[in-house]
Amino acid sequence: MPAFTAAEIEALIPRLRRFARALTGSREAADDLTQDTLERAWAKRELWQAGTNLRAWLFAVMHSVFVNGTRRWRPTESLDALEGGVPERPDDGASVETAIAVRELGAALLRLPDEQRQVVLLVGLEQFSYAEAADVLKVPIGTVMSRLARGRERLRQLLEEGSPDRHGLRRVK
Amino acid sequence: MTSVKVNEAQLHAYVDGALGEGERGAVEAHLAAHPDDAARVSAYRAQNDALHRAFDQVLDEPHSLRVDTARPVAPARWRWGAALAATFLAGAALGALLHAGFVGERTSGGAAAIARQAALAHAAYVPEVRHPVEVAAADEQHLVAWLSKRLDTPVRAPLLAAAGYQLLGGRLLPPAGETGQAPVALFMYENAQGKRLSLLVRREPSGSVTAFRFAQQGATNVFYWIDGPLGYALAGEISRDELSAVAQGVYRQLNP
Repeated sequence: MPAFTAAEIEALIPRLRRFARALTGSREAADDLTQDTLERAWAKRELWQAGTNLRAWLFAVMHSVFVNGTRRWRPTESLDALEGGVPERPDDGASVETAIAVRELGAALLRLPDEQRQVVLLVGLEQFSYAEAADVLKVPIGTVMSRLARGRERLRQLLEEGSPDRHGLRRVK
Repeated sequence: MTSVKVNEAQLHAYVDGALGEGERGAVEAHLAAHPDDAARVSAYRAQNDALHRAFDQVLDEPHSLRVDTARPVAPARWRWGAALAATFLAGAALGALLHAGFVGERTSGGAAAIARQAALAHAAYVPEVRHPVEVAAADEQHLVAWLSKRLDTPVRAPLLAAAGYQLLGGRLLPPAGETGQAPVALFMYENAQGKRLSLLVRREPSGSVTAFRFAQQGATNVFYWIDGPLGYALAGEISRDELSAVAQGVYRQLNP
């Protein structure tokens, strides 16, 4: 009997897609990456230890699919992270400014080395603890911390270069 | 001003809210004395917020990704390994059948499906510490109007304050399939201890009225019922009795 059901991992698809979108910068690559991750996770389901963090395990599977197929998931130059614009949301009044900021952030993220982008996203977007991120990436926690520090600092510089008149990302709601 | 030695890792842990009170105080003292570090910390915080603003929308996008339990072999490989694939297929199908709980839920459909959807949504969104909801409770009128519009029927967020739970906010989930194209609303509540409950509300084409029913998925308990055009499911990791009391409170408010 599988250690988890298909429905249990399907419930986490939105989380996997969000991370993959930010990681690859493209909706198509992200959904491919997510689909491959789901297939691999299902095929390897016996390797998951019941009682451990399924979300962290799935992200570890995604990480391994990502690094093993790097060419396929290589972020594309055309930044379609926002293709189709900002989806219908209750407050999409401010969407033009938001869309520009999102594009700048997406572009800056893609200029980070993969290993830094991964850590910045696992911690900053997916809210994994440093220990969980270390577990997902199979590296020591000290490595997570140094990649995080370098990634965040690089991102800060890229964003400040990109929009000198806008104080980086700060935007008062 | 005295300054405590603070390292880079602590600055990041401060940004991510991962420090205990003592260390947090030390970092704050350091930042007060080091404006450059304070500027970096605030930029890193802004990065985290911007990541959510940019990508949280993906959580709510409809998508067609599924775990394909019946067809685990890609078409290209199928040609080369048809025999192997056939064996795998039979195994996967048998595995799915043997997993009685899964099959049971699939076949019972209707009312049980809403419980299953509620348990899954609860598991997916409750762990979100900073952005569990799309629209915060502070904007409750707007939230209720928005969800009512999207579900095309009046929807209310019941008050659970009597049970100690405050509304955190709500979000929209993609259609569930068996209920057609109407989206699904999810309200989230939290008590003083940080325990969360979620109330899922969706259109029910059957339009019937059912009694309270109970379901369990892992550690998540669910009470669910259908009341005319809408189905409700209250999910949480609290005891069956506690959850039952809250569910009855919800029902009474919706049917005064």
